Amino acid sequence: MSELDIGILALQGDVTENFMSTMMAMNELGIDGSVNQVKTPDQISALDGLIIPGGESTMMGQLSLTNGAMNSLKEKIESGMPVLGICAGMILLSKNSKDRVVGSTKQPLLDALDVEIERNSFGRQKDSFEAEVSLDAMEIPSFQGVFIRAPAVLKTGSGVETLGKFNEKIIAVKQGNIIATSFHPELTRDVSLHKQFVKMVAESKN
Amino acid sequence: MIPLSGDLPRAKGVKSDSVESIDVTKGTSTLKRGFAHMLKNGVVMDVTTVEQAQIAEEAGAVSVMVLDKLPSDVRKAGGVARTASIRIIQDIMDHVTIPVMAKCRIGHVYEAKVLAEANVDMIDESEVLTPADENHHIWKWDYTTPFVNGARSLAEALRRVEEGAAMIRTKGEPGTGNVAEAILHIKKVNDELRSIKAIYDSGDKQDLVRMAREFKVSFDLVEETAKIGRLPVVNFAAGGIATPADAAYLMSLGCDGIFVGSGIFKAEDAMERARATVLATTFWEDPDAVKEAQKMINEKQSMLGLDVNNLELRMQERGGSA
Repeated sequence: MSELDIGILALQGDVTENFMSTMMAMNELGIDGSVNQVKTPDQISALDGLIIPGGESTMMGQLSLTNGAMNSLKEKIESGMPVLGICAGMILLSKNSKDRVVGSTKQPLLDALDVEIERNSFGRQKDSFEAEVSLDAMEIPSFQGVFIRAPAVLKTGSGVETLGKFNEKIIAVKQGNIIATSFHPELTRDVSLHKQFVKMVAESKN
Repeated sequence: MIPLSGDLPRAKGVKSDSVESIDVTKGTSTLKRGFAHMLKNGVVMDVTTVEQAQIAEEAGAVSVMVLDKLPSDVRKAGGVARTASIRIIQDIMDHVTIPVMAKCRIGHVYEAKVLAEANVDMIDESEVLTPADENHHIWKWDYTTPFVNGARSLAEALRRVEEGAAMIRTKGEPGTGNVAEAILHIKKVNDELRSIKAIYDSGDKQDLVRMAREFKVSFDLVEETAKIGRLPVVNFAAGGIATPADAAYLMSLGCDGIFVGSGIFKAEDAMERARATVLATTFWEDPDAVKEAQKMINEKQSMLGLDVNNLELRMQERGGSA
């Protein structure tokens, strides 16, 4: 097997944090590979797996439309490349998204994950919070969830598995090759979620 | 990776709660500094109206900063510059999905409390407004809402971090359209970081203690900063940025992102300029992409700008000695 090539979408947001978590996850698993920051369609088309990090989904969507990354992301995800979407990444992957206060917006979405998202679902920054969550379906019984102006999943389509909930709101989902979380695993020292993702990429490459 | 630690024990801004018998904590350093991490490689734009905020959002700003007047108008108007109208801030929060920041006067504890109650996402304790207390900045550990502060040197930046700032912006000279001071200060901070990193690597603790005394901050904070060789919080550039090339140059100097004040909405081509500044900030490593961004703007429509050597008011000096 050739080495894994995992990319972090580097248009904006907490790219280096995901880079570090993925490197650590690969190390702990003893899997060889490289992690690269990617921005352009060419860089994206070469990947085995991709992380869309936390940041501002509106900005990432608009810029990926401008430089053509949107189409190559769509093609790669449809062709089965594993992708992990975190917070803004979850929103960008979704089919539908509206803001809790502002309502529907025209923000560009990848329309790959069959869910309806409520942006800023838990409130503004002052209401951002840390709480323990469990992702039993991913064999992660306890994880420190860091929720920053976090979105939540309001509705899921038929092929979507709920991985975790917080206070009745869905905060982690899986649909085939797509994993998405409302919270930020890359802001903790716990790399168990990144490890699960790296394993998924390794398996899809075999 | 920037460490998210650095909590002050028993900080008043940290609130514990319980939701359905699950422990929930708000206002931790991870959440406050983490918020700033989400803005990285982005552009925060100064706005005074809902319409400007919507233009900024559409252009790809990661956040907007609400002011009563843009810095160049503050400069022209003279008098006392205070925090923006709460109604306008709330109106903007109701109309954009991106985070909304607002400025309070340096040391004005109650302007800050009012902004926190109004639920802004971040408070900028800013030298653009008239300082309320020349000797004391706000003790920011008391707030659940994160703060950003300006700094012209590593010492100033670390003093603000020690008071609880979750983000720093290296100061330029606001409202001038002249990027020279922003460049000067980020280079100064970078030089000072290199120098304390070298001291750390040499193992000379006594010299680090000397630096801590010179900076007027704790040894622990100097040691942590020296060890990682960068500021322990996200650092944006601010002050006098007027063109995409200005933004790209500051990114290349190691800034995590950009604040643009008068540069966009004092130009006559605000929408194109806003979008072009975002593109140049994201693709700064690619000179051809920056050229394409620069092509989107017309220099004849840039704000005229001011020579920083002949200013009656140097905003950057406010709060610098405390």
